[in-house]
Amino acid sequence: MRFTGTWRTILAVLLVVGGAKAQSAVLINAAGSTFGYPIYSKWFSEYHKLHPNVQINYASIGSGGGIAQLTSHTVDWGASDGPMTDQQLSAAGFTILHFPTVLGGVMPFYNIPGVNAELKFTPKALAGIYLGRVTRWNDPEIASANPGVNLPATDIVVIHRSDGSGTTYIWTDFLSKVSPEWKSRVGTSTSVRWPVGLGGKGSEGVTGLVKQTPGAIGYVELIYALSNRIPYGDVQNPAGVFVKATIESVSAAAAGAARNMPADFRVSITNAPGKSSYPISSFTWFLIPAKISDAAKRQATKEFLTWMLMQGQAYAAGLAYAPLPHPVVLQEEKDIARIQ
Amino acid sequence: MSNAIQTAGSVAPSHEGPRAWLRRFVSGDEVAHIVTLLFASTILAITGLLVLQLWTNSRLSRVQSGWHFFFMQTWDPVFEHFGALPFLYGTVVTTVVALVISVPLGLGAAIYLAELAPRKISDVLAFLVDLLAAVPSVIYGLLGIFLVIPLMREVIEPFLKRTMGFLPIFQGPAYGIGLLTGGLVLAIMIVPFIVSISREVLLVVPREQREAAMSLGATRWEATWHVVVPYARGGIFGSIFLAMARALGETMAVTMVIGNDPRIAASLFSPGYTIAAVIANEFSEATYPLYINALVELGLVLFLLTFVLNGLARLLILATEQRGVAHS
Repeated sequence: MRFTGTWRTILAVLLVVGGAKAQSAVLINAAGSTFGYPIYSKWFSEYHKLHPNVQINYASIGSGGGIAQLTSHTVDWGASDGPMTDQQLSAAGFTILHFPTVLGGVMPFYNIPGVNAELKFTPKALAGIYLGRVTRWNDPEIASANPGVNLPATDIVVIHRSDGSGTTYIWTDFLSKVSPEWKSRVGTSTSVRWPVGLGGKGSEGVTGLVKQTPGAIGYVELIYALSNRIPYGDVQNPAGVFVKATIESVSAAAAGAARNMPADFRVSITNAPGKSSYPISSFTWFLIPAKISDAAKRQATKEFLTWMLMQGQAYAAGLAYAPLPHPVVLQEEKDIARIQ
Repeated sequence: MSNAIQTAGSVAPSHEGPRAWLRRFVSGDEVAHIVTLLFASTILAITGLLVLQLWTNSRLSRVQSGWHFFFMQTWDPVFEHFGALPFLYGTVVTTVVALVISVPLGLGAAIYLAELAPRKISDVLAFLVDLLAAVPSVIYGLLGIFLVIPLMREVIEPFLKRTMGFLPIFQGPAYGIGLLTGGLVLAIMIVPFIVSISREVLLVVPREQREAAMSLGATRWEATWHVVVPYARGGIFGSIFLAMARALGETMAVTMVIGNDPRIAASLFSPGYTIAAVIANEFSEATYPLYINALVELGLVLFLLTFVLNGLARLLILATEQRGVAHS
């Protein structure tokens, strides 16, 4: 009797689960940005708890992979740390909408023996260092912004990411904006031809090399620096203020850029105006087809995006992402209606 | 039943043929033949598919760069210039450094384990060596970052500069990151392969070989070096090939310590880049078709390089074997 009861319960559960699945299960596959992965997986699992019939799978294969898989219809959504180029959009052959999800910042950090101060970097100093023009830590370009800090005459060892990454995209986008020479010689991309320096694989590789090498400078994203308690430097914004990267100063950059937000959200907000804006900040985006023929998928996509813009943003700060400023949220909500 | 056999017999030209075949089939000979043949042909199929995939998916890059791909030194995804030379250089140099360090070390260890060590010690050490061969390469990479890089920067590279700094390969700033460190970490990784396989082949050299040499008055070492090792030469070379192939294709451990900079510099202290490392690093974020095609073509180049180096090594064996015959 005991067994019969147990089996009956199991059978009932299976039937209920199976029935529910058969009725309205929606499976959405997404792929792309590794930078957004921590918050995306949090969102998808929270959303699944609220709507058990909606299951969103995410593969953090990198922005380039996300764009490629979306273009070839392998996944339903893509996710990217850089907006798609006009060329990529026309190559896709169908309309793709950009939805900013959260923001991230990238900051310089360093290992100078005997210096514990929080250094201030002018855009010119950072571009000079990464172009190989500024080669010693006591260079006037660095020293003049840091009065009172005793900088040694040590050689600067430049460290960059060796793997293609959205972090590099944001970093090189900033350098391209502040240095014409960088723009013409190196440019903006997830991987570039570095004039100088050593490459570390991943944020952990860059951090490892900087910590190991006296005189080194590198860059990592805010989430990585905060969760690993890495001290980092301030960067001067266009208003002339040296700003430390924080969740607030990165959000401020987005608010500063929001006034001139283009309709398709494909915007770079590095070097954004505003006294409190951190200059090396960027959106990261979901890439969603404007036409989703499967009605259930379309409905689930719209509902998820609405949830993400309202409740979802509350999870951002806890994971060290900067939430979207309010004007951007309002503008995106209007855009959800464009998904047909 | 008997009808069926008769029919089958009358169709075949020989009465014995099909029956004998059927008997062999039932007893397992033919089954084993077909099944093992099938398994063996998968190797050919996989190799063929691999080359085909690499060939078709690198079309854009092959058409655009042609033979220049092998000689161009620039790798610039922003301005769409793709050349393989710095990666070829880095791959060959790290592999050569790895072999120069690991072959004497591995062979020496194998000789000790097979010929000189007490059986118990030999078995325990051989077990440890096999364990080392199974360690994932990322662990060797971490070992490289936390142990080898500081050691190179603080001790080994300054020492090499002081003692052999007149050589161009030991000049320039020493960060502890670069081709030499990449080669050293590779050497640590491939030594277990050489030791493990060489020890096995040395152990199966017939006792008579050794006894004959010693009865002619050879010392134990003379018997080992002049008789046992040459006898096992084929297997030892096999172990070195396997180690070389592993070094050529290693990705993770190398990329963590080599500096990942596509640059051709004479100094072993300078950073470099290998083919496998750049493919692993850039493939996921390669955003346009030509870029992806260029990375796939690098894969094709690595395949070619492995092929050529293996061929050269085999020629080397042939040459030494003929010389050995001439001597005797």
